[in-house]
Amino acid sequence: MIEIRHLYKAFEDKEVLKDISTTFEPGKCNLIIGQSGSGKTVLMKNIVGLFTPTSGEILYDGRDFVKMSKREKALLRREMGMIFQSAALFDSLSVLENVMFPLDMFSSDSYKDRTRRALYCLERVNLKDAAYKYPGEISGGMQKRAAIARAIALNPTYLFCDEPNSGLDPKTSLVIDELIHGITQEFGTTTVMNTHDMNSVMGIGEHIIYIHKGEAAWEGSKDEVMNSDNERLNSFIFASDLFKKIKNSPSPSAAPAADTSPL
Amino acid sequence: MFPFNYLQSLGQYLQLMGRTFSRPERLRMYAKQYVHEMQKLGTDSIPIVLLISFFIGAVICIQIKLNIQSSWMPHWVSGYVTREIMLLEFSSSIMCLILSGKVGSNIASEIGTMRVTQQLDALEIMGVNPAAYIILPKVCGLITMMPFLVIFATASGIGGAYATAYIMGIITPADLTEGLQHDFHQWFFWMGVVKSLFFAFIIASVSSYYGYRVEGGSQEVGKASTNAVVACSMLILFSDVFLTSILS
Ligand SMILES: Nc1ncnc2c1ncn2[C@@H]1O[C@H](COP(=O)(O)OP(=O)(O)OP(=O)(O)O)[C@@H](O)[C@H]1O
Ligand SMILES: [Mg+2]
Repeated sequence: MIEIRHLYKAFEDKEVLKDISTTFEPGKCNLIIGQSGSGKTVLMKNIVGLFTPTSGEILYDGRDFVKMSKREKALLRREMGMIFQSAALFDSLSVLENVMFPLDMFSSDSYKDRTRRALYCLERVNLKDAAYKYPGEISGGMQKRAAIARAIALNPTYLFCDEPNSGLDPKTSLVIDELIHGITQEFGTTTVMNTHDMNSVMGIGEHIIYIHKGEAAWEGSKDEVMNSDNERLNSFIFASDLFKKIKNSPSPSAAPAADTSPL
Repeated sequence: MFPFNYLQSLGQYLQLMGRTFSRPERLRMYAKQYVHEMQKLGTDSIPIVLLISFFIGAVICIQIKLNIQSSWMPHWVSGYVTREIMLLEFSSSIMCLILSGKVGSNIASEIGTMRVTQQLDALEIMGVNPAAYIILPKVCGLITMMPFLVIFATASGIGGAYATAYIMGIITPADLTEGLQHDFHQWFFWMGVVKSLFFAFIIASVSSYYGYRVEGGSQEVGKASTNAVVACSMLILFSDVFLTSILS
C-alpha cells in the first residue's frame, strides 16, 4: 500500500502539484488520469523518488520514502518495478539480457535459475521468440512488453507504469492493459499507472484519481467515473464524441465496460 | 556570473564523482562492464593510435633531417629528437588530445542518450546507482588501457621513423639507431605513462559529466558531446603544463 499525504511540488516558482493525498491499495490497478501537462508524470516521479517533493509524505507500507537515506531508498527500490513511457530498455543488451539485468544485479540464484526466471517473464508477456533480439530490432509494442517483463523480473511489490500504452494502436494497448491487470491480480502488486487513454480507464480502472492542473479533482472507480457530476472530470472524459454518445445511450455505465474488458 | 558558472559546474562534477566512487552493488556486474569498457575505449582505439603515431614519427624524422639538421650538428640528431618528441609529448599529451575527440565524444553521447531515453532513470528505479554503474567502469577501463596505448604510440612512431630510413632512404638506419639510443633516460618514458593516467581520468570523467547532465533531446546530446571534447582538450592542455613542470 502506498499512502500519499499532502504532497506539494514546485519547480522554482511554478507550482505543479498542490496538496495531493490518496492511497494506492495492493492488488488493484490505481490509475492517475488527467490532461496533458496536468502533472501526472511529475506526480509519479515524486512517488518513485526521481523528484523530491517540496513538502508532504509518501509512505510505502508505513515507511516514509521522502525521509529515507540514499541507501535505504536503493534497498526499497528493489521492491519496485517501473515501465517508462519510452520503455527505456538498455540498448546495448538483448531483450533477454535486459530482463536478466535486475536478476543479475540483485538475485543470488544460480545462472540457470536466473535464465529460467527471465524466460518465464518473457513468456508471461508473450515475447519468448524475441529473447535474443536487440531493442532496436523490435517494435514499440514489443519493447513495452519487454519493459514489463523486466519490471516484474524481481517480483515487485510496487509496479509503476508511465503511460504504458501511449503511441500504441488500440488493440496492442488492450493487450498491455490486460497484462498489467493480470500481473496485478496474480501477484497482488500495488500498481500505479498514468494514462490519458479512456479505454484503459474503463477497462482496468479499479481506483482512479483525476488530476486537474496539479490538484486531485476527483477520486473513484470505473463504475463511478461515467456517472459523476464533477464538472472538471466530465469536461475531460466527454471531450470525445464517442463517450458523449455512450453517456447518452440507454445503459450508460455497462456499455463501455462490456466493450473493453473481455480479451 | 562568469566565474560563478564555472564554480557551479565544478561543484556538480565533484558531486558526481562522489556518487561514482561508491561501493558497487554487485562486483561481478561491474567487472563485466569494466572488461567491456577496456575493449570499447581501449582496444578499439589501437588502430587509430598506431596509424597517427606512425605518420607523426615519420614526419618528425623527415622534418628534422631535411629542414633542421645542418652540417655542424652530430649525425644522430634526427633520431634523438624524434625519440624525445615521441616520448615526452606526442605519445602521451598529443595522443590523449586526439583520443579525447574519439573517446570523449563517444562517452558523452552514449551517456547523454541513456539520459534522454530514461535508461539512467530506469537504473535508478531498480536500485542501481547509475553514476557508479555507468561511469566507474569507463574511468577504470580507460585508465587501465591508456599506458598500453602510450607504449603502442611510441613504438609505432619509432616504426614510422625507420620507415623513412628503409623505404624513403632519407636517413641511414645506422644514424637513426644511434640517435634513438643516444643518452636515454628511462624516466622520460615513465613520465609519459604517468601523465597519460591523469589524462585518461580527465577524458573519462569529464565527458561522463557532460553526458550525465544532459536534459532534453538529441540536440542536447550533440551539444554535450561537443562541449565534452572542448572541455577535455582544454583541461588536458592546462594539466599538461602543470604536470610537465612537476614531473621534470
Ligand atoms: N523538470 C521540470 N522542470 C520544470 N517544470 C517541469 C519539469 N517537469 C515537468 N514540469 C512542468 O510540470 C507540468 C506537468 O508536467 P507533466 O510532465 O507531469 O505532465 P503530464 O500530466 O505527464 O502530461 P502528459 O500527459 O503530456 O505526459 C508541466 O507544465 C511541465 O512544464
Ligand atoms: Mg507524462
